[in-house]
Amino acid sequence: MNTALLLAPVVVPAAAGVLYLFLGWRRTTRHLGTVSAAGILAFGIALAVRAVHDGTAVAASGWLRGDPLAGFLLIVIGAVAFVACAASPAYLAGERAAEHGDAASERRFAVLVQAFLAAMCLAVVGANLGLVWVAIEATTTVTAFLVGHRRSRAAVEAAWKYVVICSVGIALALLGIVVLYAAARHAGLSETSALSFQELAGHAHALDQQATRMAVALIVLGFGAKAGLAPLHSWLPDAHSQAPAPVSALMSGVLLSVSFSVILRTKQIADVALGTGFVKTLMLIAALATLAVAALLLIGQRDYKRMLAYSSMEHMGLMTLGAAAGTPLALSAVLLHIAGHGLGKAAAFCAAGRILQETGTSRIDAVRGLAARSPVPAGTFATAVLVLLGFPPFALFASELGIARAGFAAGLGWPIAAGFTLVLLAFAAIAAHTGRMLLGADPLQSAPAGSAGAALRAQTPLIAALVAVAFIGVAGWPLAHLLNAAAPLAGR
Amino acid sequence: MNGSADTQILDFACGLFLLAAVGALWRRELSAVIGLLAVQGAALAVIAAALGADEHHPELYAVAAGVGLLRAGVLPGLARRALAASGEDRESQPLVNVASSLLAAAALVLLAYAVAQPLARLDASPGARALPVGLASVLIGLFMLVARRKALSQVAGFLLLDNGITAVAFLAAAGVPLLVEIGVSFDLLLVVLVLRVLTVRMQSAFGATDLDDLRELHD
Repeated sequence: MNTALLLAPVVVPAAAGVLYLFLGWRRTTRHLGTVSAAGILAFGIALAVRAVHDGTAVAASGWLRGDPLAGFLLIVIGAVAFVACAASPAYLAGERAAEHGDAASERRFAVLVQAFLAAMCLAVVGANLGLVWVAIEATTTVTAFLVGHRRSRAAVEAAWKYVVICSVGIALALLGIVVLYAAARHAGLSETSALSFQELAGHAHALDQQATRMAVALIVLGFGAKAGLAPLHSWLPDAHSQAPAPVSALMSGVLLSVSFSVILRTKQIADVALGTGFVKTLMLIAALATLAVAALLLIGQRDYKRMLAYSSMEHMGLMTLGAAAGTPLALSAVLLHIAGHGLGKAAAFCAAGRILQETGTSRIDAVRGLAARSPVPAGTFATAVLVLLGFPPFALFASELGIARAGFAAGLGWPIAAGFTLVLLAFAAIAAHTGRMLLGADPLQSAPAGSAGAALRAQTPLIAALVAVAFIGVAGWPLAHLLNAAAPLAGR
Repeated sequence: MNGSADTQILDFACGLFLLAAVGALWRRELSAVIGLLAVQGAALAVIAAALGADEHHPELYAVAAGVGLLRAGVLPGLARRALAASGEDRESQPLVNVASSLLAAAALVLLAYAVAQPLARLDASPGARALPVGLASVLIGLFMLVARRKALSQVAGFLLLDNGITAVAFLAAAGVPLLVEIGVSFDLLLVVLVLRVLTVRMQSAFGATDLDDLRELHD
């Protein structure tokens, strides 16, 4: 029962991927991905309910573990994947119309997206640091060809940088894992338990301090690379701007957070082994550096997909800031931020993909007057940007407020003040760029593409995502209970 | 075999492992670099086997065979085929010249010995004493990644880095659990395959595999 519940979120997308491999992308199969995402969402809810009421589910002799945090992350993966997969048919049809794709590339797209989802779900339910590493590195190789989907010079360049920087970053994390394993074996843990999060946290006080310090620093640096944190962040704007829109949505909306959750789980071990100061300092440095890079590069930004990519870095920096505070309130806020950012960023990237298809350019100054020319994508894009800027009633308003309050309460007044100053800078830059895109006279003077009704139908998944973010922002229900159960697992 | 013979084999293999890493930084012909990577992979397999004999761990023989096959056979073979396809064999203009590179390698080896102290102190086995060798290969790999301009040189740097990590795993803890080792090897193989395909695409898009040409994307 436990095994089935924990394996299902991995098996469902894997099976969908195999089906796509044989059947290809056609009229009858194009919603298979959406069904698979809905399956992940359903199993995530089932797992979360079970974990909150009956305790954590363990399976496969301790290699898989379904605690409330895993359940929560599965729900976020499922929800964001649902939006991205539901938006994929319209995106691929648009690419086909612009003669950018053929049947083979559509099949490859569908297969790789499902493999990507399976690897992310495995990383979330994995209970063993080694297994989680393998799953996260697998996401890099699977998404490499998705980033390079268009095969243009820019796409090849982005894919190369993405694979090299992420693989090197994550290899450093592997070195950290190996060192931690050696320390755990030395502390008397058995071969199978020496990499289990649970066992490591339980025996953390017995770990050698110096070796653990080295291991934790490498793990934070390595998984930080995959989570878009400085200093190994430079792949992110290239990859997120070159990937097809639904893939950008998945990479930005959930992959960053899934890597980040590994840092959260490692922090739990390190806080016992080394005291709370060490990881907190690392995280504060990474958070402020990331926020500074993002804010400064957002100011002069000329490309709206890169703008969204840097906005992801900004939000990852903010989450790291909250995690550094480490109190239950801060961690609940961070988890809420993961959910809100995932859905909001998915809608923003998918809307930006539609705008790119309609205008043929991703330059901000070339798409003025969007609100008048194609009101539906412009409306969803604008609303998604409002979500990302943290306006009420959307969830990010509540979570940013929570992070700030918890940070001040935890005695991190200066870093929080510095961090939110940078957030304010990013806010101003994004608001100004988006305003320039939406308002003003249309320089292209082209006729609007298609009817408003068709545009609205194509954008339904994005609108649903935005409604959901507003709903969890206002009601908190049904996530509040789960967040309270999951937050202690992400910190002390 | 008695313990001291095992230790001698282990020390010899570790020495060869380090020499191969330094040699890869020294040579500018990519085919020679790939040959040295194969030597390093073989040395890694010998390290695993010697540790297996030393600690009476027969499972390690199978791991050693797998490691040897992958890192001395398959991966260098893939790199060699990519090299043949690209037709350019020399790292013509590395960012750092050979003499400075070798000086840097010496400094990195010293750094590795300093950094490895907390780990080497964990236990006094012959493997743990040789541990800095693995870290040195990691650092040399990182150096090669930032100092070389050909796509294949970066792949070679990445392989040095990964061989180093595997060596640390063997020397510090007789290898990670088998399931994880298999997963890691599989991921490594996938990365190299992906990079090989990307090199081909890069060549058709840019006409060369010079990473200096990658300057379409910037802010």
